[in-house]
This record gives sequence, structure tokens and C-alpha cells, in this order.
Amino acid sequence: MSRDMYRDLSWLPRMPDDFAAQCRSAANAGQPIGERIQSLASYALDENALTRLARLIAETMAQGMPLAPLIPFRLAVVSNATTHFAVPALIGTAARHGIALECIEADFGQAVQEALTPDSAINRARPDAVLVALDHRGLPLRPSPGDRDAATATVAACLAQLNAIRDGIHRHCNALCLLQTIARPPEATFGSLDFALPGTMRSLVEAVNRGMAESLAGSSDLLFDVAGIAETVGLADWHEPKLWNLAKIPFSNIFLPIYAEHACRLVAAIRGRSRRCLVLDLDNTLWGGVIGDDGLDGIVIGQGDATGEAHLHLQQTALHLRDRGVVLAVSSKNNDRTARLPFQRHPEMLMKEEHFAVFQANWNNKAANIIAIAQELSLGIDALVFLDDNPVERDLVRRFLPAVAVPELPADPALFARTLCAAGHFEAIAFSLEDRRRADFYQANARRIALQGQSGDVDAYLESLDMVITFQPFDDTGRSRITQLINKSNQFNLTTKRYTEAEVQAAQAAPECFTLQVRLADAFGDNGMISVVICRETERDWEVDTWLMSCRVLGRKVEAAVLQEILYHARRQGIRRIIGHYRPTDRNALVADHYPNLGFTALRQADGGRTTWQLDVATAPLHAVPMQVRRSGFAIQDADEIADAR
Amino acid sequence: MEKAKIYAVLTGIFHDVFDNDSIIVTPDLTAEDVDDWDSLSHLRLVLSVEKSFGVRFSASETGKLKNVGELVSLIEAKM
Repeated sequence: MSRDMYRDLSWLPRMPDDFAAQCRSAANAGQPIGERIQSLASYALDENALTRLARLIAETMAQGMPLAPLIPFRLAVVSNATTHFAVPALIGTAARHGIALECIEADFGQAVQEALTPDSAINRARPDAVLVALDHRGLPLRPSPGDRDAATATVAACLAQLNAIRDGIHRHCNALCLLQTIARPPEATFGSLDFALPGTMRSLVEAVNRGMAESLAGSSDLLFDVAGIAETVGLADWHEPKLWNLAKIPFSNIFLPIYAEHACRLVAAIRGRSRRCLVLDLDNTLWGGVIGDDGLDGIVIGQGDATGEAHLHLQQTALHLRDRGVVLAVSSKNNDRTARLPFQRHPEMLMKEEHFAVFQANWNNKAANIIAIAQELSLGIDALVFLDDNPVERDLVRRFLPAVAVPELPADPALFARTLCAAGHFEAIAFSLEDRRRADFYQANARRIALQGQSGDVDAYLESLDMVITFQPFDDTGRSRITQLINKSNQFNLTTKRYTEAEVQAAQAAPECFTLQVRLADAFGDNGMISVVICRETERDWEVDTWLMSCRVLGRKVEAAVLQEILYHARRQGIRRIIGHYRPTDRNALVADHYPNLGFTALRQADGGRTTWQLDVATAPLHAVPMQVRRSGFAIQDADEIADAR
Repeated sequence: MEKAKIYAVLTGIFHDVFDNDSIIVTPDLTAEDVDDWDSLSHLRLVLSVEKSFGVRFSASETGKLKNVGELVSLIEAKM
């Protein structure tokens, strides 16, 4: 349900099961404690976890240990309700935004007194900001249904009370105020008439909120739109009468994480920590399908198709962000020319090349590309947000570049745009003419930048993916998927030979054919069948007739593992050489150097760029591959493998 | 849900709320026996129980509980 999406902070990675243990051992994690705390805060934490993290932060401060790189911020809280539950949630959440938050709580229900008394606890504490957390029970909101004059007077009285609090705080401690809008109670007096009639609770709350927003012009105080959060998650769940009656808790505790998240976004924005650039993946993110395989006619984008409209909605959302000054960039695993095609030629695309400041379509890892984008735009890595449908790419970027915000995305593209917005990485506290022009200032000419080396230890990362690769010869069960891959794969395809299902069946049965269907599973799930190989034997050589792979698993040494597997069987069958051909098409430049990269030597070169390569089976080196290998269905198996299989 | 399963889930909740993995949850356990079991953490405990078991307690039910055994009876009655 979409409410749960907000309540559970679904754009953040799930909290690990051993979160408590990780908190306990945070000081011994071999990482500065402030960094460690920030990474613990980056999960979707519930109230209990936030409370635990706040305790860890308090203990760390009490021991006098520095919390850098977290930036200190002192927030006072005045309220007509119990704030003891909100404070730990705010402290834990602030760490997610790079803030070491110190909270000063006023006594219960003392908002006006605290503000107006020069030496009150709040004013003496010299906070950076004061959260004025009043709800509908904290303002003189007396209903007067149908009485317009009384209603006007009531609204004026509420705004006067808020202004008195603000003036007191400005005068006595020079802090800025965060003013909460009022979440309207769901109980109606009349029904639909409540909205039409002046003086009902509904009309009064509406007018006070509007008045509050208007009173902020020319002031450094900020609006904290709690009413907006409550409406988004549902007023019926937000207001929990039992909790108010029991302990004067102002709203349901299940929404403390999202409340604190929104409050801390404002605090982070005050400290200039909002993000500035959105880096977008292309295939299955900006459109449905894979441009390199499906082609211009095959990708799904545009009106009239549910999936096409979902991706269109994301494009629209990205363009709205651009209009308000967020710089856009592309990071895609594609050939540059192929990746630009939809922007140049697809009539349904809303986005065009000129909307992007940088356009990185290549086959290198995305962390390296994101660093290049940040450098080109002279932005810090922590100003970037990276949006990608592929969980492996998201995880890689998070692992190598923890400062980049990487929202989790649901499986359904219909929720991509909503999730990006809910993640709130571009929270702003003002909007200027300069913002409006910023995207153009970056001369959005879709530049392509050369990379300066790879980042991080990719091998260690691949090890951590817990990949399991499974090899089988062609069989009846796999045949339709094998045929589909043979006829659909364009980019990682050495010969681009197309076969019918009957021809695939013939290869399965032919004694001179050695075939492989390859599946890959990893920590994120099962990728299904991702590679297909057909070798034909001639005079004790194997000629590779077909070798293709899904680009989704590119950069994971799958092709090296496949070669090891071919060699494994070749040795057992007394094969001398593996002969590989590369037949260029307009789509498969990606694999032009596939064979030399795997240690093959050139045999001959023909017209049209066709090349042929050989590898001597007996002397081919063995390579370690970062995955567990399983095989089944082969006629010849070693005794020890049969034992393994059990 | 079996009683043993309820106690197993409750044990996880107690460890989480009180940040103390050594708490052994028995029917006789009361607020006296656990450090930091004050009115604030009592509410947090009740709210966590409501969320985990998908049940809701009224204010009077929440206030009347004498020990964990009564809490478990209440959970059973609601499920």
C-alpha cells in the first residue's frame, strides 16, 4: 500500500537484522564513529531503532568523542504535546542527513512562556532553530460554524499567538523558527458542508495554515508542512485519540520516522546540504526495455501503454526537477550512439539530449561514471542522487560512493516517480530566479566525459554479491527461453545468428554440438537465464557458433566463467582449440574485443571487420571467477563432482 | 498463534525496546524487574506489540496490565 511506502521510508535500504548489534559495536568498526553513525542512520529505521541510534549518539557525545563529519545543529522544541518520543527520532534521523543534532526540550505546553521569557531554558540555550510543534490543540481554534466574523477573529488570534512566539524567539535568542502547519482532525461536524462553511474546524485549520504560509514572506522562518505529511499518509491514521488521551502524544508513533525525516530535511537544507544533481539510468528506468536489444521500435515509452506512461511520468518528474534548478545527467551501460537514439528519434520521448548536462553511456562501472559527472559539474559527490531500476547497480554505487543518495525503487515503474519525490533529496527552503536558470547555466549539452580510471576494488565487490552460476546443456525445459535470447540479444552477441526453436532442438540433439545455457543468481535474487553458447566440433576443434549474454550481468566476469566452463568440457572431450568469430553488426561493438580480452590470439581477419580467434585448450590459463559454479545435466561428470552434487 | 510463539515474538520486542538482550520474558515479569521500564518505555512497548501482532489496545487495557502474563492473555483475546 502506498501509505506504507511513506510510513516505512521505502526509498531507504531495509534495516539489517543485526542492527542492534551493529550499534553496539559501532565504536569498534574501524571507521570514524561519526561516519559509522551516519551509515547506520541511512537505513529505513523504525521508532525503536531511531531511539537506539539516538542513545548511541548521546553516549558518543558524553564520552567526548568527535562526531565529525556530522555537523552540529542545536534545535529547540516547543510544543503543546509530549515531545519525549519525537526527540530521539529527530536525533537519529538527523544523522542520516549529516547533522549531529542536539535537542533542547521546553517543558510540556510552555510554548508561549518559553518564547517570551528572556532567560527561559530555550532562550538561554541559544539554539540554531526552534521547532514550534503546535497542533490543533495548541492554538485557540474555537469553532463558530456559520459565523464569518467570529471565524476571522479566531484565525487572527491563532496567527497572533504564533507571531508572538516567533517575535519572542527572534528577540531573545535570534534563532529561526520552524512553524508546523496544522494537521486537520478528521472528525467532521456536518459532513461535506464543513469545507464550505466558515468557522468549522476544517475551515479554520485551512485558513490558519494559509495565513501561516503567507506570514513567512520576508522572514527567515520556515514552514514545516506537517499537514501535508498527515494528508499524504492519511489523517485517520495520523490522529490517534488514544495516544493523546493516554500521554498527550500528538500523532500516531508509527509516523515518527517520516515526521522526523521531513523535519531533518529542512535542517539539512538550512545547512546547505540539499542535493543538486539527478543522475538517471536509461534502460528500464527512463523507458521500458533495453534500447540496445529491443531497438527504437521495441522500447516501451509513451501514452497508450501502462508501462510506457509510467516511464513517461518519471521523465515528466525529472523535467519538473530540472525546471526548479536540479541538474540532470545520464549514467547508462550502453554504446553512446545507441543510448542517444531514443532522445533524438523516438517521438514519444519527453526528454531530449539538451536536458542533460552530462551524458555517460559506456560499459564502465557506474561509480566511476558518477565521479566523472560530479567532477565535470564541479559538484561534491554528496550533491548527487542516482536513480536506477537495477538493485545491483544501486548497491555498487552505495558501496563505493556512500555519499551519493541512491533511492530504492519498487518493482513497478508506476511508482518510480512517486518514490523519487518521496525520497525528498532536493528539499529546498527557497526558490529564486537563479534556481530557475541554473539548469541552463550548466549548458546542458549532454557532454560525454572520458573516465580517469576505475574506482574501488571491484573484485571484492563481486565477491560480496554471492553469485551462483549454473551451467546446463540445452534441454527441453530451457528451449523457449534459449530461442528467445538467441533472437533478441543484439549487444553482447558475437555472431548474431538467429535460430528457430526447431533449430535449437536440432543443436541440442546433434552429437557434434556442445551447448550451454547459463543461469545466474546473486544476493539480490535470481537473474534467470543470462547466457547461451553453441560450439560445433570440427576435427577436434570447437568453433563457437553462438555466444551471447544479457547486458544486465555485464561487468561481473560472467563471460570469464563461461569460458572456464567451455574449457572444462573441452579438456574432458579431448578438444585441441576453441575457435571464436566476431561478426560485427551495428549493435555489437561492445564485444569487438571479447576474444582478445579473454586471452585468445588472432587467427585471421576478413572483410567487413570479421575476425577469427583461437585459444589452445591445453595451455589456456585457469582464471579464478568470483562466483560459485554449479553444473547439471552433462553426460560426462567427474566422480568428485557427482559427490559434490549430493 | 501458540503461546510459545507469542512469547518468542515478545522476547524480540522486549530486547528491541529496552536494548537489552538478556531479558527473559516470562508470565511473571513485571516493570519492577526491568531497568528503564518507565511510563515512556511502557508506551513504546505497547505500541511495538500492537504493530507486531496487528492488534489494538484501548487506553484502559493498556493501563491495567500487571505483568507479561496479562499482556499475553490480552494479545490472545484480540487475535
